[in-house]
Amino acid sequence: MKTISDHMLDIVQNSVRAKATLIEIIVVEDNVSDFYAIHFNDNACGMSKDTLGQATNPFFTSRTTRKVGLGLSLLKYNALASNGSFSIDSEIGKGTRVKAVFQLSHLDRPPAGDTWNSLYLIMMSNHDSRVVYRHQTPEGTFKLDSAELKQMLGGVSLQQAEIKKAVIELIKNNLEDIKASK
Amino acid sequence: MTKIKTLADLLKIKEEVQSKTKLREKSDHPEQLVQVKVGMATCGIASGAKETMKYFIDELEQQAIDALVTQTGCMGYCYAEPTVEVILAGKDPVVFGFVNKEKAEEIIDVYIKRGELVDGVIPLSFRTIDD
Repeated sequence: MKTISDHMLDIVQNSVRAKATLIEIIVVEDNVSDFYAIHFNDNACGMSKDTLGQATNPFFTSRTTRKVGLGLSLLKYNALASNGSFSIDSEIGKGTRVKAVFQLSHLDRPPAGDTWNSLYLIMMSNHDSRVVYRHQTPEGTFKLDSAELKQMLGGVSLQQAEIKKAVIELIKNNLEDIKASK
Repeated sequence: MTKIKTLADLLKIKEEVQSKTKLREKSDHPEQLVQVKVGMATCGIASGAKETMKYFIDELEQQAIDALVTQTGCMGYCYAEPTVEVILAGKDPVVFGFVNKEKAEEIIDVYIKRGELVDGVIPLSFRTIDD
């Protein structure tokens, strides 16, 4: 994965596949304490202790189409490579929480990337889950809730060209405002 | 034009769009639409499926083709990512491999618009004589 936004798109798929109805993506960054943390919380089916222990093993996956499962392993690798930390916590029936921390100024920290595109694609293609994105920097907080977005749009599809452009611009402008890292 | 920052700004855009064009009803009859499913698991994303998906959304919208573009998981063809499954109304699904922007353009022009197959099909709907 070249950017953190790619990871975002990827890890959220896990929650979607586990039938989450609420997915929270929380980014907290601070240039003084020098960290960039991304949290994924969902209310899906969760994992047993055994599965949880295997979750970051690249040769473990719950799917049957292939034998490897690299999503969490790659995220963990990138976090640790940039002097950060990684943790995953899950309870059956309650949900899963993934947390990856990067050292913000570390050379090996992947760039944040096109968060707006990832976020747009996540919100557009998951009709069954509510996705809440929160990005917190010392300059402020930006929050986008797919439920509010969809309610406001009424029946209008997010795929509509003008709407798509506007949603992406909204995310971009807000991230710029709170001086989100690139 | 002012910068779009809040949902209220977005609401204005939505109303403009609504008044300008008669909106196409999309999700009511998904079986009549062109369905495009982009493989967006780890393997797909790492191979650039995000760009492919964006391209499909933009192009199909621009050419006013009624289509539903969604994400799907890994289909097991990781070597051929980004993969795209296209379902034309009343036809069997067809999976294309190695779909970059050029390939996506070809798929839209030749397969979706004219119904002719293009190179790069992965035989997903392959059936033996016993089936």
